Order: sequence, then structure tokens, then C-alpha cells
Amino acid sequence: MAGEIQNPIIRVRDITVQFGTTRVLDGLNLDVKRGEILGFVGPSGAGKSVLTRTIIGLVPKVAGRIEVFGVDLDASNTSQRRNVERRWGVLFQQGALFSSLTVRQNIQFPMREYLRVSQRLMDEITIAKLTMVGLKPEVAERFPSELSGGMIKRVALARALSLDPDLVFLDEPTSGLDPIGAGDFDELVRTLQRTLGLTVFMVTHDLDSLYTACDRIAVLGNGKIIAAGSIADMQASQHPWLRQYFHGKRARAVMG
Amino acid sequence: MSGDPKLERIAKGNALALCATGTWTASFAPVLERMVADAEKLAGGSQSIFIDVSEVAKLDTFGAWLIERLRRSLTQGAVEAQIAGLSANYSSLVDEVRRVRATPVIDTGAITITGMLEQIGRAVAGVAGTVAGLIDMLGAVLAACGRVLIHPRSLRLTSTVHHLEQVCWRAVPIVVLITFLIGCIIAQQGIFHFRRFGADLFVVDMLGVLVLREIGVLLVAIMVAGRSGSAYTAELGSMKMREEIDALRTMGFDPIEVLVLPRMLALVLALPILAFLGAMAALYGGGLVAWLYGGVEPEAFLLRLRDAISIDHFIVGIVKAPVMAAVIGIVACVEGLAVQGSAESLGQHTTSSVVKGIFFVIVMDGVFAIFFASIGM
Repeated sequence: MAGEIQNPIIRVRDITVQFGTTRVLDGLNLDVKRGEILGFVGPSGAGKSVLTRTIIGLVPKVAGRIEVFGVDLDASNTSQRRNVERRWGVLFQQGALFSSLTVRQNIQFPMREYLRVSQRLMDEITIAKLTMVGLKPEVAERFPSELSGGMIKRVALARALSLDPDLVFLDEPTSGLDPIGAGDFDELVRTLQRTLGLTVFMVTHDLDSLYTACDRIAVLGNGKIIAAGSIADMQASQHPWLRQYFHGKRARAVMG
Repeated sequence: MSGDPKLERIAKGNALALCATGTWTASFAPVLERMVADAEKLAGGSQSIFIDVSEVAKLDTFGAWLIERLRRSLTQGAVEAQIAGLSANYSSLVDEVRRVRATPVIDTGAITITGMLEQIGRAVAGVAGTVAGLIDMLGAVLAACGRVLIHPRSLRLTSTVHHLEQVCWRAVPIVVLITFLIGCIIAQQGIFHFRRFGADLFVVDMLGVLVLREIGVLLVAIMVAGRSGSAYTAELGSMKMREEIDALRTMGFDPIEVLVLPRMLALVLALPILAFLGAMAALYGGGLVAWLYGGVEPEAFLLRLRDAISIDHFIVGIVKAPVMAAVIGIVACVEGLAVQGSAESLGQHTTSSVVKGIFFVIVMDGVFAIFFASIGM
């Protein structure tokens, strides 16, 4: 257990991902520490979502090693892998809620699969999760097509959290939300991280999220991590893209 | 560090004290729920109630909620149950859970007889709506046709040709293969049964009339309804789901003109062509079987065929094709545009597109049969 605390929760070593002849990730290294919120930024099309999807196992890699919770995902057998998958939750960019299931069924779907829990407890936990992500219990019986964009993100987060994971991947959680909604969402992620002891891997473009929610920031460029550290480190960096990103017009507006 | 969860009663005078230990997480939920249910019976008669959680090794939302559930059911009247010994790590989680409203919304999804009857009633009443929707679409398509006739340049030629390739050119192999096989089967069955009466040669009459008047066009129309009607519904439906049709509308385009008309035109052109090819393939197949299995020489077959059928038979068959194509196209487009937000709805509408398409094709065939019989063709 002590070892597990020191070891990073995600350890990515020399990852290379290629689509045809285009090399998207080129020998990338990244560690995510237990209990932190890591903000992951980079220019559009740099491969942020690709890295997330590679770690989750949706995109095949050409070379490299990925360890999550100390388990090498390539060397693991089915039951080890399921065990890892049970301990992580994923929030997709578009929510990826099951459109033919209600909100309640969406949230209970992983519970039915992995846990042996009574219907009453599942219903109560569903309400608890909805309350945690700031939604009213009445939403439970609605279908995803009847929800607003912000509500879809919240429900998707509730589903990602339904098994009380140790690690959540958030792919652009605040994109498409109004600034107030986005701010609430950042606050929510922080609160949940504190209450549930989560580790959060967050791909984002939102400067506000970086400032308010993230403990550490990693920057992707040319298929590699070009910088990783606190927000102060980022601002001090001399890398041209980082200078533009953190000292541009919008950054100044955020910093006030 | 982790151990099986336990909930023990510690006697403390007229106070009720419960001590929770071990791992209170989702993996132990069934055990935890049973323990909590047992402990709930202990309520009553105590001056004060404590739930001691200082020995809990691990807590998640499931465990926290069960402790909260226990606290709520032990709280009766003036005596409020207290949670004691909460570690700093978990206090925010327990606070969060405390905000949860107790009464979960439970839907009554039970199937009742009245509910089933109501569904049947609604479905019957929905038939009128379906017919109205089809007539509505027919009108919209005709209006779009009118506009295109006035301004021929507004016809989407590229799109029409693209769909023509999809529904006609790419359909040729499967249509020809299936009609060829059906021709073979009709001829084989005809010869097998007619031989007993020594009427082998009449199989040519049967094959010619049946294929040209009915089977050729009907079979091809059913295949097209299954192959292209479903594709149209799925395409339009997924465009509807992703608001692409709304986007077209806001740009000032008429979805009927841009999406529906090219598809309809392609189908109306494609079905006669496919029906013709299908009829030829069926005759060829029938002729082949008549020769190889029935011993009818090709020359004899052709001579007999020339006597047996007239151009009327061919016209009766081919006239039906564009009408059936229009019916299939309209049904498919109406269903496609009726798709709601979910994947399930897309599936339902694609299914009903094919089912209704085939149904209407057969109804139309019946109507045509009566019509041609009354005008003596």
C-alpha cells in the first residue's frame, strides 16, 4: 500500500501512436500522481484525445508501455484488466450516454455489470450521484435526448463516478458549457476530488479550468510532453506555444 | 487493512451505540445492506443513538449512503441518531450524502392489461396519422418537383446521380442473382408438376406471364424496399439526430429539395431499370432450367415465349415500377425524418420503413391488378 502511494497512478513510457504514416504520439512519457488533478493541454489536433484513448485502450499503440494502478495493461490478463476498468471512469467529450436508456438506467448500467446490489440501493445511490453532480432527482427518468448540453455532461460524470472509481478521465468536460456552468463544473470536479479522493486526468482547453481546478499541467506538442508542472511553471516557460497560450489575450483576461 | 465490514452493538446504558468496522465499500454492498437492515430494527426506546465509524477502514459512496440510511431510520421523533468518530478524510463525503433527498423516484414500469389495450388503441389511431404523413410528404415532394420544373437548375444533379449509383448500379448484382434463382425455381416447379399432365411446354407461358406481370417487379420492389428504403431512413434519421437537417433549414435550404427529392428521383429511375433487368434474369434462369431439366430446347422456348406473351404483359409490369418506387421512397423519407434523439428510435423507424414499404408495395400491386383486370389488359 505504501508503495502504491508513492508510485504514480498512471505511468506512460515511450508511447508511440501512428495513424497510417502520420505519427501522432512519438515516444511520449507521462506520470499522473495519486490524488492530483492533472490538466492536459495542447494545440487542437496535437493528440490529447488520442493519448487519453490510448491509455484507456481504445487506440492501439505501436510501441511503449502503459501502467495504470501499477498494472501493465499489455501484460495483464482479462480479469486484471477488468479490475482496472472497474476502478476508472471515463467522461467522453460528447457524453456518450446510452441514448435508449434513461438517466437512471445509464448510471446503474455499470453497477448492474460489476456489483451485486439491490435495486433499492442502486436507486438511492443514483439519486446520491445525481445530487453530487448538482442535478435534481427528477432528471433520473428522462432520456438523454431530453437533456441540455450541460446536463448531459453532468449525467455523464455521474455515470463515470457510479462505481466510485479511483481515477477519472475527463475529455474536455467544460467545452460547450457557458462560463458559469463551466465554473460550476470545475468547482464540482474539485469537490468530488476532495470527497471521493479521486485522481483526475482532464483534457481541456479552458484556461479557467487550468487556473481553478488543476494541481498540475502537462502540455502536449509534437507528439511529446513539452512541459509539465504547476501553473507558475507554465507561465515562466519560454516555449513559444506556451508563451502564446499563457500570455495571450484570453489568458490575460482570465488572470485579470 | 481491509477486512470484512461489521456492525456491532455496544451496550451503553439506555443509549444505543453501534460500531462500524472494516471496509464499507460497494464490493461488500449486499452484506452491508443486510447488516443495516438488521440494525434498523434496534430503533426505539433509547435516549440517544450513536453510530461510531472511527474504525471504518475504507468508505465510498455506497458505504456512506448505507450509514446515512441507518442514521435516518434510527432517528425517531426527538431522538436524533448521531454519527461519531468520523475521520477528516470522509467527513465531506458523508456531508455530501446527507444532502441527498430520501425518497427515490421509482417508476412504475409494470405492464398492465389496460396499458396494453391503450397501446393498441393508440396504434390504431396512429394509422390515420401515418397516412396523413405520407400524403403530406407526397405533396411536399410534388411541390418541390414543381419548383425544380420552373427552375431546372435547382435540381441537385450530382446528388441524384450519386444516389442512382447507390440504389441502381450497386444493386444490379444482387437483384439479378436473386431474380435469376427465382426464375429457375418457378421453371423447375412448373415442369415438375405440369409434366404429369404432359403440359411441359406450358411452363413457358406461366414463366413469361408471371415474371413480366407480377414476380419481376414485385420481387425487385421488395428487395429495393429492404435495401435502399432502409438506407434512406437510416441516413435521414442519423442526420436528423445530429441536427444536420436543422442546419440545412437555417441556411435557407429546403430539406425536401436537397435531401428527399434526389433520393426519390434516383429511386423512381432505378426501380424500372432493376425490374427490367430482374425480369430478363428470371426469364434466362427459367429458360436455362427448362432446357437442362425439362429438355425444352432454347429455340422452342423462345418461340413459345413469343406466342405466350404480348407487349401488354411487359407494360403492365413496368408501369408499376415507378409508382412502387415512389411509395417506397416516400415511406422511407417520412420515417427517416420522424426519428427522435435515440439510437433505439433510429432502429424502430428503420424497421417500420421496411415493413411499411413492403406492405404498401403489395397493396399497390393489388390495386394495379384490379385496375388492369377492369381495363382488360
